Amino acid sequence: MIKILLMGNPNVGKSVIFSRLTGVRVVSSNYPGTTVSYTSGFMKIDNRLVEIIDVPGTYTLEPTCEAERIASEMLKTGDIVINIVDATNLERNLYLTLQLMEMKIPMIVALNMWDDTKHRGISINLEKLREILGIPVIPTSGLTGQGIKDLVTDISKAVSPPSPVRSRDERWSSVGSITDQVQQISHRHHRWFERLEDASVKPKTGIVIAAAVLACSFMVIRFIGEFLINYLFDPIFNFLWLPALMKLSTFMGKSGLLHDVIVGKLFDGEIHFIESFGLLSSGLYVPFAMVLPYIISFYFILGLLEDTGYLPRLAVLLDTAMHKVGLHGFAIIPSLLGFGCNVPAVMATRVLESKRERFIAATLISIAVPCASAQAMIFGLVGKYGGQYVAIVYATLLLVWIILGILLNRMLKGFSPELLIEIPPYRIPPWGTVMQKLWGRTRGFLIEAVPIILAAVLVINILFVFGIFDYIAAFTAPVIKGVLGLPEESVTAIIIGLLRKDAALGMLALSAMTAKQMVIGSVVLTMFFPCIATVIVLFRELGLKDFLKSAGIMLLSSMTAGGILNVIL
Amino acid sequence: MIKSLNDMNPEESGRVCEIKGGQGLINRLNSLGIRTGKKITKVSSMLLHGPVTIQIDRTKVAIGFGMAGKIFVEVDKQP
Ligand SMILES: Nc1nc2c(ncn2[C@@H]2O[C@H](COP(=O)(O)OP(=O)(O)OP(=O)(O)O)[C@@H](O)[C@H]2O)c(=O)[nH]1
Ligand SMILES: [Mg+2]
Repeated sequence: MIKILLMGNPNVGKSVIFSRLTGVRVVSSNYPGTTVSYTSGFMKIDNRLVEIIDVPGTYTLEPTCEAERIASEMLKTGDIVINIVDATNLERNLYLTLQLMEMKIPMIVALNMWDDTKHRGISINLEKLREILGIPVIPTSGLTGQGIKDLVTDISKAVSPPSPVRSRDERWSSVGSITDQVQQISHRHHRWFERLEDASVKPKTGIVIAAAVLACSFMVIRFIGEFLINYLFDPIFNFLWLPALMKLSTFMGKSGLLHDVIVGKLFDGEIHFIESFGLLSSGLYVPFAMVLPYIISFYFILGLLEDTGYLPRLAVLLDTAMHKVGLHGFAIIPSLLGFGCNVPAVMATRVLESKRERFIAATLISIAVPCASAQAMIFGLVGKYGGQYVAIVYATLLLVWIILGILLNRMLKGFSPELLIEIPPYRIPPWGTVMQKLWGRTRGFLIEAVPIILAAVLVINILFVFGIFDYIAAFTAPVIKGVLGLPEESVTAIIIGLLRKDAALGMLALSAMTAKQMVIGSVVLTMFFPCIATVIVLFRELGLKDFLKSAGIMLLSSMTAGGILNVIL
Repeated sequence: MIKSLNDMNPEESGRVCEIKGGQGLINRLNSLGIRTGKKITKVSSMLLHGPVTIQIDRTKVAIGFGMAGKIFVEVDKQP
């Protein structure tokens, strides 16, 4: 099958065009480095099925990070290249175009962001550009869909005109002469949000804006999350699901092994959604009514932040601080992604330049950035003792992130590379994309998390019957009791936490614990190993040796943090 | 007057005249459009040796403090 690659500089709209061509929804955001691995999709051209591939963005074919390395590798496997070019940044983009043409692979150019050229005062002579390059050039807009049809019809016209291999400087001078011939830029006035653009990277205004954006985001996430729980999910479970489940419980005789696995244990004849621990009670309530609302609200706000283009500005603002933990400012983006799910967060560290930086970022994310499930656990368990205890958990995690980062930065050989990123213009997030992205991520959670949670509930119930946990509890008691001051039975929760944090929630809730013990339990559960999915990704991204190192750090730091809390609280 | 990016004031502009660094650095900066002869305008720099943001054509680029110190500009326009 013919393989068509979508290649171009970062943040030019490759993923948006990929989605339009194939119907496969991939994440697109307004910052360079959104796509870090390749996705393939299919479409029909002249009744023939072809494969289309969304490739990570790259400025040149000499890679500077893992994501760009993947892009250069991909090029070898393609038959045709659709080179996506940002029409508002012709000069910089054409460099890659010339480099691609030297690779002697048939290609066409999509001049994307065409809708944006007019009010930026840019006019491009298409005929002339086609003539000079000798390949089809199609103006497109990923935003409106303009030109996408023409792009599809012209794929068959892809050619590879003779093109001399040039040196870097020769290429730049060709680029310069091409832009001089085809592009005209007229002066125009600053739009109001371009002023805002600059304000967010100036020291004083930048800090005020960052504080406001982060505080608002946090409040809105909580507000939407709680709103969904109180007015949608809780009522559904309490008024619709509970009565049905009670009927089932009565029908099954209110006790017995099968009853307890399916409905869960009754407390004073009642089903308790968190503690009953049956497939149809906790197994559904935890993912749907406790985690899902926060997944929805978090990813909604994250999507807005991503699509406006604010995040790279936050990276600039935090750069100096991030260097203290051995990272540069851009690492804040993977870290923020981690508050939703650690898996894409660890993947996103691929945009960082050095192995050292990736190791530090991935380790810190796995240890000290609680994903939505872990946060649901923290709020669900610790929250009932009062907000101050939740604050202690978050403060501890932040402190761990900082201290561990400083230590890693001191101990690991090498230094942290410097920030070098393109700051995209602010864009008004298109509603459609925001909603589609939200749906894609929510669906991802439902498909990946719910089956694991249900399986975990099932397995735990079975293991309980055989008393397996008693053995393990007895075995680990010295650490759990002695160092952390937790009751023996909480070890079950910690073990389940290896699978998923939310599955462990009910287990911790079951054991009678004081507020202090809950705080320690949640901190240890969050820090000591991420969930199984993250472990797999971490292993894949870091390799065995670094993974083992990272795992050792997790164990050590979680026990240290738990032990210290046990002493000082 | 020739100044490094770090020494330029916000809103000053000029042409890049020299990048004092190895091929690796020059390559990376070039790929973002920063190369000798290009006209740039400084937008801002962050406190405490933070990154410098510049405007180049229709793009903004943020450059770490150390790197910015290696880029020299013939300043021709004061704000
Ligand atoms: N105005 C306008 N915006 C666009 C257009 N195409 C894409 N965008 C926006 O540009 C941003 C970048 O789009 P992506 O598809 O994520 O870019 P990408 O090339 O895949 O980026 P990387 O994966 O980071 O390399 C998003 O915010 C899009 O909504 C367009 O034609 N016009
Ligand atoms: Mg992309």
